[in-house]
Amino acid sequence: MEIRELTCINCPLGCQLKVTMEGKEVVSVEGNTCRRGDTYARKEVTNPTRIVTSTVKVSGGKVPMINVKTQNDVPKDKIFECVRALKGVTIQAPVRIGDVVVANVAGTGVNIVAAGNVDAA
Amino acid sequence: MESYDLIIIGGGPAGLAAAVAARDNGIESILILERDKDLGGILNQCIHNGFGLHTFKEELTGPEYAARFIAQVKERGIEYKLNTMVMDISSDKVVTAMNRQEGMIMLQAKAVILAMGCRERSRGALNIPGYRPAGIYSAGTAQRLVNMEGFMPGREVVILGSGDIGLIMARRMTLEGAKVKVVAELMPYSGGLKRNIVQCLDDFGIPLKLSHTVIDIEGKNRVEAVTIAEVGPDRKPIPGTEERYTCDTLLLSCGLIPENELSRSAGVEISPITSGPVVNDSLETNIQGVFACGNVLHVHDLVDYVSQEASAAGRNAADYILHGHGENAKQVEILPQGGVRYTVPKYVRPEEMEDSLTVRFRVGDVYKNCAIATYFDDQLISRRKRPVMAPGEMEQVVLQKAKLAEYPDMKHITIKIEEA
Ligand SMILES: Cc1cc2nc3c(=O)[nH]c(=O)nc-3n(C[C@H](O)[C@H](O)[C@H](O)COP(=O)(O)OP(=O)(O)OC[C@H]3O[C@@H](n4cnc5c(N)ncnc54)[C@H](O)[C@@H]3O)c2cc1C
Ligand code: SF4
Repeated sequence: MEIRELTCINCPLGCQLKVTMEGKEVVSVEGNTCRRGDTYARKEVTNPTRIVTSTVKVSGGKVPMINVKTQNDVPKDKIFECVRALKGVTIQAPVRIGDVVVANVAGTGVNIVAAGNVDAA
Repeated sequence: MESYDLIIIGGGPAGLAAAVAARDNGIESILILERDKDLGGILNQCIHNGFGLHTFKEELTGPEYAARFIAQVKERGIEYKLNTMVMDISSDKVVTAMNRQEGMIMLQAKAVILAMGCRERSRGALNIPGYRPAGIYSAGTAQRLVNMEGFMPGREVVILGSGDIGLIMARRMTLEGAKVKVVAELMPYSGGLKRNIVQCLDDFGIPLKLSHTVIDIEGKNRVEAVTIAEVGPDRKPIPGTEERYTCDTLLLSCGLIPENELSRSAGVEISPITSGPVVNDSLETNIQGVFACGNVLHVHDLVDYVSQEASAAGRNAADYILHGHGENAKQVEILPQGGVRYTVPKYVRPEEMEDSLTVRFRVGDVYKNCAIATYFDDQLISRRKRPVMAPGEMEQVVLQKAKLAEYPDMKHITIKIEEA
């Protein structure tokens, strides 16, 4: 039996959750005040995911940098790999929201897309 | 002198939403004045996700959220001037601005909407002893440097203040390869959202030390180390609790203040609590036809609320331009009590108000299992239980015009926190 402690992020109450695990199975969730805490805890201990956002350089644009993000959430342990995949990437203006910047980043099956518009200079 | 029906100062989310609402309510002649080289305001540097959850049911980044409103402004052909700094607003609504192409310009408006946003509290206001070496940045300045200019301010970082911008920057700098050693917070609770504490600090094992402050900064040319210490209930450092961290950068995330130099010199009455204009239910200041919305009015936690509030300001300004309004309308003051620090608006005009009015406020402390109670004079009108309230999150009460009409002799509305 393993016990993991988490803070629920779904509302300002921020319940301290205690998740009891048997190997990869969740045995119980305690400390939550409502159902959302239970759902969050189960996902967080079995398959935690995040949206990753960053910036890359733009050449020939009105501004030098553009906001990018993973189109969907990616496994939490891939965050650094996603950011590393963006090192040295430069894209050409004009760029529109949704343009693919890196396809299938870090083998996650998720694309990194532009999250801002940059017009050509 | 050139003239417009409506001039909006600031092209951030507040200015943009106000312009769209004014146009949709019948105002053709609108001008937005923005000192920056782009519309979108501070959102352009906020590259993390989480914007617009309430409005669009999606987690957008700052630039994505801004782009939606910029598109609405452009679709409507609303006029704007970039790189244009507003220097002065007179009490009779002459706006003086300056840019490279036109030099100094003076414009007459029938109505003005103040949407200048806020700025960060500087170190001067914080009173930390020691030299003033390089390597000390406000969290927002660091955000701008990293996200818009691609420049990393340092490699080993200590952050003072656990406001959202500081938390977001802890993650951002960690992802960019810096080592964030600690986040110190003076208060016994964080001013930031829980979500940010988990996803920006816990995810990366960055410690958050509550009830701690910076007591010494070492380094003559560049920051070399920072000493923090625990503080007692009086917020004074406790001897013997000092911890020294070597670092080359100190970020300060110590809160925001509305940017109201222009408003003050125009004669707008400013609340000492919010540092923003005192307004009535139409978000109008003490100067007729001058309205305020967004962070210049009071510091918001979520941009969704900024957009909602700004739409109301735009609608109300349109109504004022088209119909004027009743002089000397009856006003009822809202009194904040028992933990409620202020309310926006401060005054309600029962006969002129829209059918329902959202009153927003912040509490002064962390409250658990309490209720927000609203009284018309001594009569309890509504009571809503709140499991938890914190100074970092805005609260609200909705007032109904029909309900106010049942109390024609009312003197005050009171909003207070009570035991549940
Ligand atoms: C550094 C910083 C980081 C932030 N990060 C977050 C975040 O991560 N998440 C979040 O939800 N909220 C964040 N906020 C809060 C965010 O600012 C608001 O949600 C929202 O941007 C407020 O919109 P606004 O239009 O009122 O102000 P702003 O976005 O600040 O826009 C005001 C605009 O007015 C312009 N202006 C000011 N004075 C003049 C003048 N004299 N003449 C012409 N133009 C002028 C400014 O250039 C600016 O473009 C942050 C705020 C700051 C200061
Ligand atoms: S468990 Fe429910 S009440 Fe507790 S923090 Fe999560 S969402 Fe809020």
